[in-house]
Amino acid sequence: MEIVEILFTASFWAAAIRIASPLIFATLGEVICERVGVLNLGIEGIMVAGAFAGWMAVYSGTGLWIGVGVAMVVGMVFGLLHSTLTVPFGLSQHVVGLGVTLLATSSTYYAYRLALPEVTTPPKIDAFQPLEIPFLSDIPMLGEALFSQTPLTYLAFILVGIVSFVLYRTPLGLAVRAAGENPNAVAAQGLSVTAIRMGAVMVGSGFMAVGGAFLTMSAFDSFFFEMVNGRGWICIALVVFGSWRPGKALLGAVLFAAFDALQIRVQQTSFGTLVPYQIFLMVPYILSILALVIMSRRAEVPAALMVPFNKGER
Amino acid sequence: MRLEPITDPSIARRLGFPFAALCTTFLIASLLAMIAGGNPFSVLGLILKGAFGSQFAILETLNRATPLIFTGLAVAVAFRAKFWNIGAEAQLYAGALLTVLLGTGALPWPSAALLPVLAVAAILAGAVLLLGPAILKTRFGVDEVVTTLLFNFIFLLFISMLLEGPLKDPMGMGWPKSERLIAEARLPRIAEGLRLHWGFGLAILSAVMIWIIQTRSTLGYEMRAVGLNRQAAAFAGIPVNRVLLKTALLSGGLAALAGFSEVAGVKASLTLDLSPGYGYTGIIVAMLALLNPLGVVVAALFVAGIFVGADSMSRAADVPTYLADMMLAIALLLMVLAIMLTRFRIVRD
Repeated sequence: MEIVEILFTASFWAAAIRIASPLIFATLGEVICERVGVLNLGIEGIMVAGAFAGWMAVYSGTGLWIGVGVAMVVGMVFGLLHSTLTVPFGLSQHVVGLGVTLLATSSTYYAYRLALPEVTTPPKIDAFQPLEIPFLSDIPMLGEALFSQTPLTYLAFILVGIVSFVLYRTPLGLAVRAAGENPNAVAAQGLSVTAIRMGAVMVGSGFMAVGGAFLTMSAFDSFFFEMVNGRGWICIALVVFGSWRPGKALLGAVLFAAFDALQIRVQQTSFGTLVPYQIFLMVPYILSILALVIMSRRAEVPAALMVPFNKGER
Repeated sequence: MRLEPITDPSIARRLGFPFAALCTTFLIASLLAMIAGGNPFSVLGLILKGAFGSQFAILETLNRATPLIFTGLAVAVAFRAKFWNIGAEAQLYAGALLTVLLGTGALPWPSAALLPVLAVAAILAGAVLLLGPAILKTRFGVDEVVTTLLFNFIFLLFISMLLEGPLKDPMGMGWPKSERLIAEARLPRIAEGLRLHWGFGLAILSAVMIWIIQTRSTLGYEMRAVGLNRQAAAFAGIPVNRVLLKTALLSGGLAALAGFSEVAGVKASLTLDLSPGYGYTGIIVAMLALLNPLGVVVAALFVAGIFVGADSMSRAADVPTYLADMMLAIALLLMVLAIMLTRFRIVRD
């Protein structure tokens, strides 16, 4: 019964939206990459790099939004590395993605140790504070859940709208989708498949990094090792769950985050204390696998996903 | 630009590019060491000296290479068939778990009987663990990269639960660690007074056996065919799904042996820090070895050397040890690029 009560509190939904925010950024980034035909397994490491870069920028004195920009740029640099190796050179997207994750993670830790050699407790920054939207935040339930979030959360929702619009309503979006479905048709139009794919992977990687930065600049206010903790891999599952569509991916992320917020609250109930806490921590990962199993059957995978394009080759 | 296949690459091309990749890795590592305020030459020298400079250092490197040979083989076997097993970390812990379950007194047997049983039990545990994602792939078409990755997190939480519950050592001063293995369950040292256990011998033996399977058996041929072109293999009458399942069993079993060898040879009990990511590093080892099982041994020694060397370099030169992880990630990326360049020529339009 306690569980049902939890579902009707505004603070629960506020937490769900907050937990969903980094996932929305990163899943959106992965959707863009995969829509253009490139599986980006660098996501986990790029989120780590973004989390550190944004936080470090603010810690060294820039404004919060500059920090977000720095994270975005760092993500794009790793996206450039990933796409250079996978698009014109056509290397294995699995291996390169894992390599980018390893490189992004290790270089972040290296940079962290160089920047802060002596610290034992990570220093804090003044992170983004909740911004109550006038009038809307006064709506009961919904106001607290949706309209009393930090600015980065609003940005995540706005980005979903923008990306949807660009993907489905503009010539650029058509080119992006076609590059992932039928690159030969794109090349026949005189467009460069290589440029479209590389550009999309860079933008997508930038979004992933902003998703990581959400953790250090909005959800928490300092950087810890292992703080991304598999969120990137969960986003890969969310992309499949959302059938490669931004809107559905957003829905998937919120649903997933609701389960995550629920398990945190159930842990504290009288029933929850009887169960080892590790069981609750497993829930997000098990849910991701279940989501994959359910959705894989009717997945509308981009036809050219993981297929390198080599001009003139049939 | 365009890539044009080279039908018959020259020896110079086949050796030159991988060699250049390694040189570039060291060059970048030197630059990174300079950023950290170290002298690039002395940093690389210190890594080399720390890894191979004394008998102690060499034995430490061999010890560190042992689990990497197992996980490297696990990844090499799987990747050869284009089965992307990224879950060697979980399979390693599955092997370690079985070793601890049966080796802490449950089977009061002499070493000669107990050790083989522990090894086989570990292999079975790792194989079964990977069977899940393998079946999800062959039955439901679920991408094994994500499932094996997520399994790592789930299984480590499961181990953590056991170590804080039923497996917790009552004498462990509250630490989440298992009881110690009985003396009969410990892998003996290769020579008296030498800090190297028989797990290393088992690793070499496994590499040779995998090489024989891959080059001299039908299964090896089928695994390669499935990896090269799944449709063509199916057309040629190879039962693709069954080959993938066999590959998964073999790969999971090999990774689990790393856990067996670390527990029975080094740590004697199970803790959550048994592996500092040996499962993931296995991917680097396998790629540097060009997925060749004998090459895995060499690559594992190289990778272990960098880790061991970086540890002692870090103490001496005050450069963060993460330099080692960066070097390996760079080596991995450059090596896949180099392998491609040995087989393709870049042509301008």
